[in-house]
Amino acid sequence: MKSLQDCANERILIIDGAMGTMIQRYKLQESDYRGTRFADYPSDLKGNNDLLNLTQPQIIEAIHKEYLEAGADIIETNTFSSTTIAMADYDMQELAFELNVAAAKIAKKAAMEYTAKNPDKPRFVAGAIGPMNKTLSLSPDVNNPGFRSVTFDEVATAYEEQIQGLHEGGADILLIETIFDTLNSKAAIYAIKKYFRRIGQEPLPIMISGTITDASGRTLSGQTLEAFYISVMHANPFSIGLNCALGGQQMRPYVEELSNIASCYVSCYPNAGLPNAFGEYDEEPEDTACIIEDFAQSGFVNIVGGCCGTTPDHIRHIADHVKQIKPRQKPELAETA
Amino acid sequence: MNDTITSNTSTINSVNDLPQDEKKVIKPFLRLSGLEPLIVRPETNFLNVGERTNVTGSKKFARLIREGHFEEALSVARQQVENGAQILDVNMDDALLDGEMAMTTFLNLLAGEPDISRIPIMIDSSKFSVIEAGLKCVQGKCIVNSISLKEGEQKFIEQAFICKDYGAAVVVMAFDEYGQADTEDKRVTFSHRAYKILTEKVGFDPQDIIFDPNIFAIATGIEEHNNYAVEFISATRRIKELMPLTKVSGGVSNVSFSFRGNETVREAMHSVFLYHAIKAGMDMGIVNAGMLQIYDDIEPQLRELCEDAILNRRDDATERLIQFAETVKAKGKVVEKDETWRLGTVEERLSHALVNGITDYIDQDTEEARVKYPRPLDVIEGPLMAGMNVVGDLFGSGKMFLPQVVKSARVMKKSVAILTPFIEEEKLRMQAVEGGEIKTAGRILLATVKGDVHDIGKNIVGVVLACNGYEIIDLGVMVPAEKILQTARQEKVDIIGLSGLITPSLDEMVHVARELKRQDFNIPLIIGGATTSRTHTAVKIAQEYEHGVVHVLDASRSVTVTGSLLNKALKPDFLEGIRKEYKQLNEAFKNKKQTKQFLPIATAQENKVKIDWANYKPVKPNFLGVKAFTSYSLAEIAEYIDWQPFFIAWELHGKFPQILSDEVVGEAATKLYGDAQALLKKIVDEKWLTANAVIGLFPATRVAADSVRVSPATSEVQLEFLRQQLKKAPGQPNFSLSDYIAPAENGYTDYMGGFAVTTGVGIEKWLEKFEAEHDDYNSIMLKALADRLAEAFAELMHKRVRKEFWGYASEEHLSNEELIKEEYSGIRPAPGYPACPDHTEKYKLFEMLDATANTGIELTESLAMYPASSVSGWYFANPEAKYFGLGKIEKDQVTDYAARKGWTVEEAEQWLRPNLEYDI
Repeated sequence: MKSLQDCANERILIIDGAMGTMIQRYKLQESDYRGTRFADYPSDLKGNNDLLNLTQPQIIEAIHKEYLEAGADIIETNTFSSTTIAMADYDMQELAFELNVAAAKIAKKAAMEYTAKNPDKPRFVAGAIGPMNKTLSLSPDVNNPGFRSVTFDEVATAYEEQIQGLHEGGADILLIETIFDTLNSKAAIYAIKKYFRRIGQEPLPIMISGTITDASGRTLSGQTLEAFYISVMHANPFSIGLNCALGGQQMRPYVEELSNIASCYVSCYPNAGLPNAFGEYDEEPEDTACIIEDFAQSGFVNIVGGCCGTTPDHIRHIADHVKQIKPRQKPELAETA
Repeated sequence: MNDTITSNTSTINSVNDLPQDEKKVIKPFLRLSGLEPLIVRPETNFLNVGERTNVTGSKKFARLIREGHFEEALSVARQQVENGAQILDVNMDDALLDGEMAMTTFLNLLAGEPDISRIPIMIDSSKFSVIEAGLKCVQGKCIVNSISLKEGEQKFIEQAFICKDYGAAVVVMAFDEYGQADTEDKRVTFSHRAYKILTEKVGFDPQDIIFDPNIFAIATGIEEHNNYAVEFISATRRIKELMPLTKVSGGVSNVSFSFRGNETVREAMHSVFLYHAIKAGMDMGIVNAGMLQIYDDIEPQLRELCEDAILNRRDDATERLIQFAETVKAKGKVVEKDETWRLGTVEERLSHALVNGITDYIDQDTEEARVKYPRPLDVIEGPLMAGMNVVGDLFGSGKMFLPQVVKSARVMKKSVAILTPFIEEEKLRMQAVEGGEIKTAGRILLATVKGDVHDIGKNIVGVVLACNGYEIIDLGVMVPAEKILQTARQEKVDIIGLSGLITPSLDEMVHVARELKRQDFNIPLIIGGATTSRTHTAVKIAQEYEHGVVHVLDASRSVTVTGSLLNKALKPDFLEGIRKEYKQLNEAFKNKKQTKQFLPIATAQENKVKIDWANYKPVKPNFLGVKAFTSYSLAEIAEYIDWQPFFIAWELHGKFPQILSDEVVGEAATKLYGDAQALLKKIVDEKWLTANAVIGLFPATRVAADSVRVSPATSEVQLEFLRQQLKKAPGQPNFSLSDYIAPAENGYTDYMGGFAVTTGVGIEKWLEKFEAEHDDYNSIMLKALADRLAEAFAELMHKRVRKEFWGYASEEHLSNEELIKEEYSGIRPAPGYPACPDHTEKYKLFEMLDATANTGIELTESLAMYPASSVSGWYFANPEAKYFGLGKIEKDQVTDYAARKGWTVEEAEQWLRPNLEYDI
């Protein structure tokens, strides 16, 4: 069977769209989130989407399959917040590891089913590693700029547990995404290196996806795109890219810049435009697809998909629009300066 | 959006047929980052690694860290960046410190300072645990300084892996298990051994390896040490040949260690050492950024001696350098006038005079050059411009400071003045021949806008820009928009720069922008001055004119901004960048407004300052009425000067008097302070200025929430005040100055006062004299001193009012420092400033005091005072009285205020515009 590398060499790969947007469509209530296992859990659980890996696995599987049906080569596990640190919001720290294993298994099962249907188009599972709700470079207290609500070691430990869960559950790729504080992502990279050295295996391919928050062209922690790229290159990633915060249109100059400087593959999965006055994303699938097609035509990208507000319909249109277009060529690495 | 999409679809097939040879190439450069990238390309110049944030190298920094003053320690880092450090070395190796903790605390704080953390960090420690603590705090790609084979291969590999896991580049010290490399061969072999381990066993990229092949002290008197620098330099050359992608660094100040205490010799040694080491391939060095002397500027005899010692060219090199060092020490660097520069060629002498701001010989040197060159113009375009370029570069790279630049400009102006008659004469002779004009980088019009008289900052900008080759047309102060536009058109200027200090000037600037648009101008507009801001420029001025409106923070920024605006290639991107930035500021401004809550004015009035009036006994002033003082003793006034703002006027930032011994600007500040004292003595001794004052103390009663009735002898005057409307934290009042005056219902009389002082009477004559002498330095100095004197006079009169004329604080004994810190009881807020921003109340003040007749101060139509060196305001004596800022106010208060003032709401909005919470 073709490897991820082979697939990326021959075509533009499609990564799936939003999980949250799809879960919303099910209009789940508190009791749905709780299921039987957590019926008596002391804290409110509605909104803990990652918990659905345990209480409503059939819904998560169904969403994965919709994206696979739409043409996604890579699907992301439903684990954006599955770390001890992020789960503390629901007082569910001790479930973090289990959530990752379960989520990876659900996604892997769905992916393997579709690979079996068409072995020429193998499907891959990317273990999603989110940015956490606590940051290492920014102080939550404006009056005390030196204060940090969490330490590097705590973040790295939490990520290492998540990584182990994703790996044991069968993820093919590790995707560090929606990075708004580079130091958090460096802790994730550190954890990946440490974990795989500990178990004595080669690390899984790493995808890195940062977030440019606005037209300043910088991450929330203040780095320019190139500074961010330089800061995470030691991960030796399979791909570097951008997601979230911006729609494709606003993302274009940054994707172009990355495509010029990146020695690895370039990914891009924007939001469905910018939110409207009601905080909803209303860019039509055809419009998103046209924007992404332009990226592909311009030779910027190797992996494309969607973030907030995108649906299987968006992914279907995107896949359709880029299927004839050659992927970006990785630059040549010179040996002398 | 749809347009883009269709046009793109039509090109679907063509783009994919890109020829293969367009494939991009990525080169193995050392890439580092803070908030911004630092890419070390072959053409990159020597990188300065700032060394002052090192507790082992900087006593000041060590003290600040030891005492836990981390925030203050940040200023050391900031100075390094401002002086041109491209990487910041941070070292906390002190036996008394918890190194891990100090490193973590400092780096976390640093992360919150974008102007510092934009450059990459070099985490410097001999303790690896401290290095790892640092690695956990830095988001960018940093450098670890250092690891080595000192403790054997295994430890080295272990530490290298950790550095790699955090994504850091490493400095490798030339050590092995048996010690430090002290010969050329050992330096090379130790480095090569480390290289092989790092690249083959750890998987390091060669470009991420930086060697430090040990810089040791030379000229120590021990013969074996004499060749250390030579061997470092040749080892550097061999390391770079053998491992071309790696970098070489080192701690430069080590080389001169035996001359510690003698900065003249040390700096010369560093420059000579680097001159040769950089040629051999040294890429970066830990240096005191900003303190490196220019190789060519080293006094020739000293340079020769340093070369002998560094290159180990003579057996007696050390002895001779020590001998020289002793003479430098004995002479004392400051007092001794070194006249050896007079031996150079006329070009060298002109350049030296310009760089060092020496006017002593400029007449004769200019004349000599004029005779030597075919045309007088050639002197300007040749040696003078060359000299000023050096000044511009040094200033741009933080190696010269503003007072020095202004002095350089004085030399330039004097020289040009000598040449001008000859140029004119030549022009007449060669009228038909073209080329009689001096070529300039561009023509810039500067003006302080209508109604405003403040021009120190504008004059400084003019001088600095002139130093950079621009032709300056300075229209002076109180310039109406029409005159600005007319001159701009006639003279075909390339840029217009507007300045202003008082708040009504902001509106005038908006007006100029509108006029530029209406009259179809397309040249860029630069905005500066104390009251202006980036936000105001973005939100109000930039909206009015689309051909570029740029706010410039200070004179040093004006050069880069002007350069970008006049460079055809840079201008579009630059303006686009500004436009984007301002658009964001605009949005941020609008969003920000929504988050604050405001109270209805009636509610705010209820939340006034609570004073127990029933039990309050106002002190009756010792005299009531108006008292004028003319020709007040300047000597007495001078004792009350607060010097800190004086240094700020010259863009030297720091606390007085500590600034005089500051590591970076101390020398410039001390020189400036000396010059200021000398001029001040003249002003006082020769009575250059006349100081007049008037004070008035009157019965006063609060008659409405924000209105106070004052009863001078003649008639009653009602003063109108404004009240804070921002919703406050519980227990915090919504301040209004009227709160400090007792309301009528208590049955007793309260009091308030007013004052106007000036120290600017008679200044014009002296300014004209300096102008005639082309002496901007002293012209700006005089204005800055007159401003200080005016503030000092206000402080002095306030003290006398408290202690004698009103007498409510007759027991007060405060030092000048305590006065500056306002540790006294009672306040003296000025109309037009934060507590009472309506400038027009100044009319009432002036009328009550008959201030114009009593002092000679006049009010312009924007309510600026002329002479500019004047201060006026109210006196409040209530012990509860304190300064506050009004902040933003809502329309309900504006409507109420308009009614009280007899204005239309539009008029009120016009005068209160900077304080309006809403858009008009």
